[in-house]
Amino acid sequence: MELFDILLSASFWAAAVRIASPLIFATLGELICERAGVLNLGIEGIMVIGAFAGWMAVYLGAGLWAGVFVAMLAGMAFGLLHATLTVPFGLSQHVVGLGVTLLATATAAFAYRLSLPEVTSPPRIEPFQPWPIPGLADIPLIGPALFAQTPLTYLAFALIAVVSVVLYRTPLGLALRAAGENPASVEAQGLSVTALRMGAVIVGSGLMAVGGAFLTMSAFSSFFFEMVNGRGWICIALVVFGAWRPGKAALGALLFAAFDAGQVRLQQTPIGAYVPYQVFLMVPYLLSILALELMSRRAEVPAALMVPFNKGER
Amino acid sequence: MAREVEAEVVLRLCGITKRFGPLLANDAISFDLRRGEVVALLGENGAGKTTLMNILFGHYTADEGTVEVFGRPLPPGQPRAALMAGVGMVHQHFTLADNMTVLENILIGTRPILSLRLDMRAARARVARLAADFGLAVDPGARVGTLSVGERQRVEILKALYRDARILILDEPTAVLTPQETAALFETLRKAVTLGLSVIFISHKLGEVMAISSRVLVLRHGRLAGEVATADTDRHRLAEMMVGAEITQPKLAERAPGPALLTLSAVHTPRRGNAPGLRGVSLGLHAGQITGLAGVSGNGQAALAALIGGLEAPVRGGMELHGLVPADWSPRAALAAGIARIPEDRHRTGSIADLSLTENAVLESYADAPYSRKGWMNWPEAEAFARRIIKTYDVRCPGPRVPIRLLSGGNMQKLILGRALAAGPRIILANQPVRGLDIGAVTFVHAELVAARHRGAAVLLISEDLDEVMALSDVIHVIYEGQLSPAFPRGSMSPAELGIWMAGDGFEGAVDAA
Amino acid sequence: MRLEPIANPSALRRVGLPAAALALTVLAASLLALLAGADPFATLGLIVKGAVGSRFAALETLNRATPLIFTGLAVAVAFRARLWNIGAEAQLYAGAVVTVLLGTGALPLPPALLIPAIALAAMAAGALVLLGPVLLKTRLGVDEVVTTLLFNFIMLLFVSYLLEGPMKDPLGMGWPKSPALEASARLPRIVTGLRLHWGFALAILAALAVWVVQTRTTLGYEIRAVGLNAEAARFSGIPVGRVMVKTALLSGGLAALAGFSEVAGLKGSLTLDLSPGFGYAGIIVAMLALLNPLGVVLSAIFVAGVFVGADSMSRAAGVPTYIADILTATALLTMVLALRLTTMRVRWR
Repeated sequence: MELFDILLSASFWAAAVRIASPLIFATLGELICERAGVLNLGIEGIMVIGAFAGWMAVYLGAGLWAGVFVAMLAGMAFGLLHATLTVPFGLSQHVVGLGVTLLATATAAFAYRLSLPEVTSPPRIEPFQPWPIPGLADIPLIGPALFAQTPLTYLAFALIAVVSVVLYRTPLGLALRAAGENPASVEAQGLSVTALRMGAVIVGSGLMAVGGAFLTMSAFSSFFFEMVNGRGWICIALVVFGAWRPGKAALGALLFAAFDAGQVRLQQTPIGAYVPYQVFLMVPYLLSILALELMSRRAEVPAALMVPFNKGER
Repeated sequence: MAREVEAEVVLRLCGITKRFGPLLANDAISFDLRRGEVVALLGENGAGKTTLMNILFGHYTADEGTVEVFGRPLPPGQPRAALMAGVGMVHQHFTLADNMTVLENILIGTRPILSLRLDMRAARARVARLAADFGLAVDPGARVGTLSVGERQRVEILKALYRDARILILDEPTAVLTPQETAALFETLRKAVTLGLSVIFISHKLGEVMAISSRVLVLRHGRLAGEVATADTDRHRLAEMMVGAEITQPKLAERAPGPALLTLSAVHTPRRGNAPGLRGVSLGLHAGQITGLAGVSGNGQAALAALIGGLEAPVRGGMELHGLVPADWSPRAALAAGIARIPEDRHRTGSIADLSLTENAVLESYADAPYSRKGWMNWPEAEAFARRIIKTYDVRCPGPRVPIRLLSGGNMQKLILGRALAAGPRIILANQPVRGLDIGAVTFVHAELVAARHRGAAVLLISEDLDEVMALSDVIHVIYEGQLSPAFPRGSMSPAELGIWMAGDGFEGAVDAA
Repeated sequence: MRLEPIANPSALRRVGLPAAALALTVLAASLLALLAGADPFATLGLIVKGAVGSRFAALETLNRATPLIFTGLAVAVAFRARLWNIGAEAQLYAGAVVTVLLGTGALPLPPALLIPAIALAAMAAGALVLLGPVLLKTRLGVDEVVTTLLFNFIMLLFVSYLLEGPMKDPLGMGWPKSPALEASARLPRIVTGLRLHWGFALAILAALAVWVVQTRTTLGYEIRAVGLNAEAARFSGIPVGRVMVKTALLSGGLAALAGFSEVAGLKGSLTLDLSPGFGYAGIIVAMLALLNPLGVVLSAIFVAGVFVGADSMSRAAGVPTYIADILTATALLTMVLALRLTTMRVRWR
């Protein structure tokens, strides 16, 4: 009964779309990296640094969009580090990715303590406000869910289309996908696998950081350490779930967000009184594992994912 | 001999030298390529052919020397510059992305990387025109992963032609083709030459070199060992130039076959990705007999090797070993049944690069005494075993404790051979045992297989090189799409007749062919 | 640029490059100190002093190193088989939960039997936690990196539930905390009066045992073969799936011992902040040790020293203690790069 009520409430769908937004940014970022052949386990830390950098910039007086830009730059910087170590030097993408996550997380924590040594609760900023789209926002159910969101959410949904078009309809996308499938095919056509992969990791990391920034600048209004809380790892699962296709991955993010929004609401129903709240909180992680399991059989992994390419070696 | 007026020089290599550490891969190589000619670059494995072409194409940078295309020097180390200058290369290992379509593969890198449009329609029309002009039929919308080897090669050639290549370099292009496909390729090359293109044809197959080229350059140990007009030479002289001596074919003494040691009856195995499984394969491997398996790569050879090697069990059909049905089937069971396995890929499956020779030597036997007891390794025994192999098989190496990756392909193969043959196996599975080896190592491996036959072992020789199969086998089967042809006794079939089977014709009406 | 292998790297390369990596790490630390307005030399000095400057500090470092040795070994064992166990954190908590479960009166055994029984049970629990992701990997091909990572979060929520529910200490004044272990279940100190418990000795013993397994047994050989080239291992008849499972059991068990030794040796009870990321730090420890079990002991002491030293420096010099996290992560990244460059030469063009 309660479940039905939840599914029919506009606030539920609005929440689902909101929760999906940071995941969409980060999932698209990870997807770009993986399509080019690089697994980016730095995602979790890069989301943290994005959340911190964007928020800090705004706290220090920058405009909201400038904050998003700063977050993106911070993410790209760590992306550059990841790319340099994994692409030309061909180091283990597992080890480097985890190292980047640890480093980025630590950097955010260090910078936070450095700039705010004594505060007990983090200061708030004025986050992005919803931009209801006139006319559309008044449609029942769909309106509040899709057309009364903050601009960052609109940006996330626009990016799904942009990434799809770039990957499947432009020379760049062609080369990028080929770099992740068989880098020799790119090198033989006179393009640089190194440049393509590094570019993909840097841009992808920028998107992940914007996903992190969404948390501090649109969803909440301040930064705290446990904020990202495994969302990065969930996004990696979403890329697999989406079979490395932007549209499917974003759909997965939405589905996932709907479950997440649903569990929060179920907690407040009588069911929540019987079931410990931790069980509800486990749902996202369990769902991610389930998604990986379901897709494992028919996944079309880019053939050169995690395979370093050394020019002239064959 | 009358010569026409010499055509313009389209490509000039001048004093190309390339070292890899202490190895001199190319030593001051110079030659010219003229418009409208097919030049064959002949040499055995390791002679430096591929290195030279990779320098020309910009994958490697030469230590010394220059490359000129149409009179202009080519900047070193830039594949893009070579492409722009009109050099197109068809690599031995195809450079295609399997999950993309033929058209997409052709288009990679053909438009400015940041431009926003891909004119698929115009591109498709152009590919169709080129395909018609050069006789390269292939569906531009097909995913490359679904294509046959021959079709993939056509895509590679189309890639070069699409970019207006004036000079085509083909690296061992016939290694993966049926005789009929080879003939079609030659037809395409002849068309290309009449249209004013120039071709460098890299090969170690003398017959093909004689058939297609107008001029032959012979490479030996990184040096240009000779240059000769094809009309002025023959196979024997080319062979001598290539290896410095006549090539001696292994001789098979007449021998009556013994009992069947391994019998397959109507065996089916599952598909694995793009690789077909076996479909109703019946086969008997007899003592004292070499059974050759011919076929275009990717037609089920891997499945048959996996089955006999213990990696795959039949889903249907029967298998008998020494007259008994094995209870369970695994690599260990195969080893225990006396099956020696020489794997197709010595780097990926035959050895573990970062383990020492000793550790590689006991890979198949470490779990048994004397190399281990109750879970504890006995390393001195293992090392003694490695030393025995090194001595018996003349493995050139700094010692048993160095990682095996430091060994040359031939020496690595000798260690694998020694490991496999140590226990005196009754059945030998030799999957592409000489691929990529130089002539000395090839002779050695072939001699070992013939010796094993002489001792009464049953040998299954799988090879994509039809000449090798025909030279060594007592009986030949052809494999196509996981089906096996009838057994053809030695000498009963010509290469062209086998080629018909390799192309899949004859399997429907198998009755009238056998 | 491109990398070319070096057949026989010179001694200078093999020693100089890791040294350069360390120097780079120290340089990074100095820059961070400068950024925080502190004197770099004084800051570094305070870190060293805080780590080994007194008997108390040194013992504190060894105490902190104890769980890191266990998690470092867990990671080292797993990574050798190229089993990416990033879930040492979850396995640690599994061990801790079992320790509390059995150490609060559930097992009526004398201490001489009780403690080993608890340790073994804890190991079994940790092994079990890793078994799930590994079976998903060997059966379905699900990447274990993500699953083990996600299990960390699930386990932490599970522990949170236990500590607020069935395992809550009735005398805990409402804090999410477990009851204290009985005295008979606690690991005694090695020397009376010195704050170092037998968990440290157990950790050294574990490192030795892992070393023996890796170099002397067929399992160690199988693990290496599987890790270096699973395809060749399978071809040779090594049961790759079984080896993976055995590796996982060993790895999970070792990580669980970290939880056991923290609860039974140091804390005496379980709280949600039992591990400040020991599982993740174990990855750094293992990589710095080049996955060598004996090296793990040294690198764990080094990493522990950085953390203990940074804590004490932070109180004195005001540089945020997170400098330790940056330092160890930097050490990890520079070290893997240095190691690559000892065997590969960079060729431009």
